[in-house]
Amino acid sequence: MEWASQLCENRHIGAKMTDSKYFTTTKKGEIFELKAELNSDKKEKKKEAVKKVIASMTVGKDVSALFPDVVNCMQTDNLELKKLVYLYLMNYAKSQPDMAIMAVNTFVKDCEDPNPLIRALAVRTMGCIRVDKITEYLCEPLRKCLKDEDPYVRKTAAVCVAKLHDINAQLVEDQGFLDTLKDLISDSNPMVVANAVAALSEIAESHPNSNLLDLNPQSINKLLTALNECTEWGQIFILDCLANYTPRDDRESQSICERVTPRLSHANSAVVLSAVKVLMKFMEMLPKDLDYYGTLLKKLAPPLVTLLSAEPELQYVALRNINLIVQKRPEILKHEMKVFFVKYNDPIYVKLEKLDIMIRLASQANIAQVLAELKEYATEVDVDFVRKAVRAIGRCAIKVEQSAERCVSTLLDLIQTKVNYVVQEAIVVIKDIFRKYPNKYESVIATLCENLDSLDEPEARAAMIWIVGEYAERIDNADELLESFLEGFHDESTQVQLQLLTAIVKLFLKKPTETQELVQQVLSLATQDSDNPDLRDRGYIYWRLLSTDPVAAKEVVLAEKPLISEETDLIEPTLLEELTCHIGTLASVYHKPPSAFVEGSRGVQHKRLPVRAGSGESSESPEASQAVGAVPDTPPPAVIPSQGDLLGDLLNLDLAPPTSSGPPQVPSMPMGGMDLLGGGLDSLLGGDLGGSPAMGGGLASAPAPAAAAPSLAAPASGLDMLFDLGGGVGMPTGSFVVPKAIWLPAMKAKGLEISGTFARRGGVLQMEISLTNKAMSVMTDFAVQFNRNSFGLAPAGPLQVLTPLSPNQTTEVSLPLSTVGPVMKMEPLNNLQVAVKNNIDVFYFSCQYPISILFVEDGKMERQVFLATWKDIPNENESQFQIKDCHVNSDAATSRLQSCNIFTIAKRTVDNQDMLYQSIKLTNGIWILVELRVQTGSPGCMMSVKCRAPEVAQLVFQCYEMVLKTSSEA
Amino acid sequence: MIGGLFIYNHKGEVLISRVYRDDIGRNAVDAFRVNVIHARQQVRSPVTNIARTSFFHVKRANIWLAAVTKQNVNAAMVFEFLYKMCDVMTAYFGKISEENIKNNFVLIYELLDEILDFGYPQNSETGALKTFITQQGIKGQHQTKEEQSQITSQVTGQIGWRREGIKYRRNELFLDVLESVNLLMSPQGQVLSAHVSGRVVMKSYLSGMPECKFGMNDKIVIDKQGKGGATDEAGKSSGKQSIAIDDCTFHQCVRLSKFDSERSISFIPPDGEYELMRYRTTKDIILPFRVIPLVREVGRTKLEVKVVIKSNFKPSLLAQKIEVRIPTPLNTSGVQVICMKGKAKYKASENAIVWKIKRMAGMKESQISAEIELLPTNDKKKWARPPISMNFEVPFAPSGLKVRYLKVFESKLNYSDHDVIKWVRYIGRSGIYETRC
Repeated sequence: MEWASQLCENRHIGAKMTDSKYFTTTKKGEIFELKAELNSDKKEKKKEAVKKVIASMTVGKDVSALFPDVVNCMQTDNLELKKLVYLYLMNYAKSQPDMAIMAVNTFVKDCEDPNPLIRALAVRTMGCIRVDKITEYLCEPLRKCLKDEDPYVRKTAAVCVAKLHDINAQLVEDQGFLDTLKDLISDSNPMVVANAVAALSEIAESHPNSNLLDLNPQSINKLLTALNECTEWGQIFILDCLANYTPRDDRESQSICERVTPRLSHANSAVVLSAVKVLMKFMEMLPKDLDYYGTLLKKLAPPLVTLLSAEPELQYVALRNINLIVQKRPEILKHEMKVFFVKYNDPIYVKLEKLDIMIRLASQANIAQVLAELKEYATEVDVDFVRKAVRAIGRCAIKVEQSAERCVSTLLDLIQTKVNYVVQEAIVVIKDIFRKYPNKYESVIATLCENLDSLDEPEARAAMIWIVGEYAERIDNADELLESFLEGFHDESTQVQLQLLTAIVKLFLKKPTETQELVQQVLSLATQDSDNPDLRDRGYIYWRLLSTDPVAAKEVVLAEKPLISEETDLIEPTLLEELTCHIGTLASVYHKPPSAFVEGSRGVQHKRLPVRAGSGESSESPEASQAVGAVPDTPPPAVIPSQGDLLGDLLNLDLAPPTSSGPPQVPSMPMGGMDLLGGGLDSLLGGDLGGSPAMGGGLASAPAPAAAAPSLAAPASGLDMLFDLGGGVGMPTGSFVVPKAIWLPAMKAKGLEISGTFARRGGVLQMEISLTNKAMSVMTDFAVQFNRNSFGLAPAGPLQVLTPLSPNQTTEVSLPLSTVGPVMKMEPLNNLQVAVKNNIDVFYFSCQYPISILFVEDGKMERQVFLATWKDIPNENESQFQIKDCHVNSDAATSRLQSCNIFTIAKRTVDNQDMLYQSIKLTNGIWILVELRVQTGSPGCMMSVKCRAPEVAQLVFQCYEMVLKTSSEA
Repeated sequence: MIGGLFIYNHKGEVLISRVYRDDIGRNAVDAFRVNVIHARQQVRSPVTNIARTSFFHVKRANIWLAAVTKQNVNAAMVFEFLYKMCDVMTAYFGKISEENIKNNFVLIYELLDEILDFGYPQNSETGALKTFITQQGIKGQHQTKEEQSQITSQVTGQIGWRREGIKYRRNELFLDVLESVNLLMSPQGQVLSAHVSGRVVMKSYLSGMPECKFGMNDKIVIDKQGKGGATDEAGKSSGKQSIAIDDCTFHQCVRLSKFDSERSISFIPPDGEYELMRYRTTKDIILPFRVIPLVREVGRTKLEVKVVIKSNFKPSLLAQKIEVRIPTPLNTSGVQVICMKGKAKYKASENAIVWKIKRMAGMKESQISAEIELLPTNDKKKWARPPISMNFEVPFAPSGLKVRYLKVFESKLNYSDHDVIKWVRYIGRSGIYETRC
């Protein structure tokens, strides 16, 4: 070692006196001087001159004028001089093709040289000279070199075939070089094999359909043998080539995997990643219940983690790939969270990638650690990194429900730091948290509103505006807040403008009386004063919706939002699959398919993971495994599919409000609101749209649909009902009433216990509630609200709790219901989500109502109509049920059912069996037809239900069962 | 494959430019300079795509090395190649600097011609390259035919890293177990993450083509032997501590398939110094030092810092080059330090108090306390409190790794394993050894 370093020193000094000076010659007339030197008789002077030429070439000066003089120096036995001349030739031959011919003779001669190094040099250089005339002369020497006795020459010639193919593909095919190249795959020297594989793979890429590589078990075997012997680079070529092979069955797949796994211990990261690629691909074919499959999974984690101790650039490549691997097979690294923790002095690109992977690996098991880390990162210096860390906290909240609360409190802490970009980022993610967990964290809105002034980024402003609009009913000064944004409407970005428009419309729909001016202002700003077509369109749509059909407007604007996905920016499965086939390459770094960044035909070929053939003993069918292969381990789709078609049916059957059976109510307030708006709109539209008077007129004359608003008449009926309560269950006037059940335990509602039931009394629907105060303080200010539900149930009046509810006191309240509220299909159909507010908080619960409360009094069908309808409803809509253990005769059944508004139209007796034909009408106008068969003397009956909306059948059955059984017990 | 390779100085002037593929034009050289070296904002990725051309770069001191391509190349391979290129250059002419590159540009072109062909990396082992590319020019003019074919077979052969016919009067080998121990600890003393990344570096001065076998206290091997029977060796080794190695990688001379099947490490070593293996452990790490920080904010203009370090190893051993770096806020106006041992200084340019102790024995503790005066600022942002970091060197392997044997067999020459003089040394250094405060 010492002698070596000493020698280095000496040479170092020697070199100092010679080489660097070439870079410094910048005089005028330089070319002229060089020309003279190149033609000098003295060898040394010539060499010096060529060096100067190369130095000039390097820094980008054009020295092509010296071409003939330099080429003249080529015929020399000085190898160093020769190499320099070759270097020059490779650069300038293309621009001087005619003169390049002068060099051919020397090349051909050199290819016959006894020294293998010179033979190889000649064939290597010739391939780099892209001049057609020279290429022709190349063929013969190349053919000889491919069969040279020296492996060094053969390995160089193998690459030369690829070079030649790049210049003239046809020539390569015509000359039969491809076959010679294929033969080299069986060469005794591993490096020749590796270069032949590299050359063939490259040529095959530009012929996607050719069977050039012709990989078969025999050739694969040869490759795997060479893999153990060749250089690290050769191993990469071979592994990358192997990755293109598709094994015939799982056994072959396993045996290849077994021979590739030792590569995972190679010091060269590229070898490791290419081996990972082969394994990830071939694993697809292994049955999952195989022991080996599990072993392989375990073997993959350590080398991937080791890659993170490589140099930062390689870490970056590794992390980008791990990102793919974690999405494809999360099980491999799920326990390795800690290694992705960011180090203080990691380069920023490594930090950002690690953060991404941390979020992907976050789970309930490690969330505490992850959150602690993320909180640290949020105080770092790099703005991008901090932002991403804050965003990551939000993503954790959405991904791991149990952590949501801690995430929110962490975010609030961060907002308190008042660091501008942190606050803005936090608000953006809190918006997502609100969407994921509605009605849970709204208590933080006040804190968010405090930071309104500091928001200067469009995304944050838009998020804040969304929050204000969405929760307008809970923010006292929502109108003021939104108004403040409106002042600079035209200076806002489109994103903010659109959001502001929507938010104000939401606000208006929630608080119509106070915000009328505001909505008119924003509509006119959006439609009249804006150049943005998106904004204008949205403005007009809202405008027309509001003016023609406020109920529809409510349904559109306040529609249920689709759930947001747990995992953001997941790579789409087919792309992920393609990228898995490109592990280690640029495609995996960019996360884009090669076709997105490679020009021409190369690499445009899409790669696919193999599909496990159903060859083994596994019971999995090929189709099933294909499905597994195609969409493996992907989480459910981000957007919940829209409501089924049934709802449409339910709605379309009869949208008109019930006529006689509806509760007596006068929707006075919204009516007034609409009128006001109508007038306003009229005048506004008048200037803008020609046809607006008609629209205004339509609005005025439209039967004001009752937007769920408290009716003035309700209190009275509510009081009436209180008296009814005394009557108890089973009164002839009322239908069957289920005993009260606890809907909301006191534990969950800060001491308020709510129990209740539903009833239909005298044609009026009501919800009978017992409110019990189990807290220590007095409760006041009760109010109730329903979420949209299948049958449009809505409170027809306010919740009448007359006196403050003292501790340990219970009060019974009856709330009249209307069925004209907004409709949304629920699951189950009779589910009702209720919000009850008092002076303490807002509480949410859901309960189920018996469908019988929806049976209207005029549900008796004409016999003829019944027959026709029965036939008309298709048979697949018929459902049959058996009611067991009810001892009841047909007459008793008839009368009991009648009290629930189930009307018997006809009765037939066949073979000791009474057949009752009955009809029911729901509040929304849907008819239900029932055939009830009662066997005299047997404890049970059969029923068939026919309805255009078959979903209700089950509920009707439950109703029958309950009515018939309860009464038989009585 | 790699389409071209450029080397620039810090100003973005080209020092070396070699194009391998026709699709890379001269404009690529300028594109990288304009978009990366001269970029107004710091480039945030080692891979840059400019106009459908991808640039991979690494930096060594002031020098930029960039590989260029228009194809979907193996990215890991390109970076590995760039590092290898740096190693090769360092092996030939020492430090990579503008001056050295200019002085050796002809040599670099020769090397580039040899180790990359049409963008495919070829043999890049310096041992082999030096047999026919030297700084005085290319050998080969005056070689015999045998010599030439020996060169070519070595460059392309199975044992490309070693030439035949090496002779030493004294057969000797040195093994260095070099470990860097990494730690991230919470202020409360909880270990957030700790791992050791170790290297076994070997200097071999052995004659001929020796076959070597390396053994260490790898848990898997020892457990296997333990099961094998009650031989003396197994009895002894079970008394010793064995360690669980999370993962290891080897120099290309090691037969990986043999390691995979038998977990034995056998190889024919390159001549001179090289890295035999790298490994990583996470279990049962001996953390040589524990840092206990205490930071107290006294009002808005004063900080009180107290840091205790405790050494945690045998009292007979000595740690050296101990340095504790305590970060200070940017608005620090003055610092008063008192330390029991060593020297401590506030370095304003580095925003840190640097406390140095030359030597410290095991099972000792030392303490520093500092008062930091702060200038009042209206900066709303809180001080980020970077972690306290530590540097040290200890004469043992924190992972617990022990070399059990390194056997040398050379059947053709008349020396045996007993004649080889062997030296083993353990050095544990701090990697990123941080305690949050």
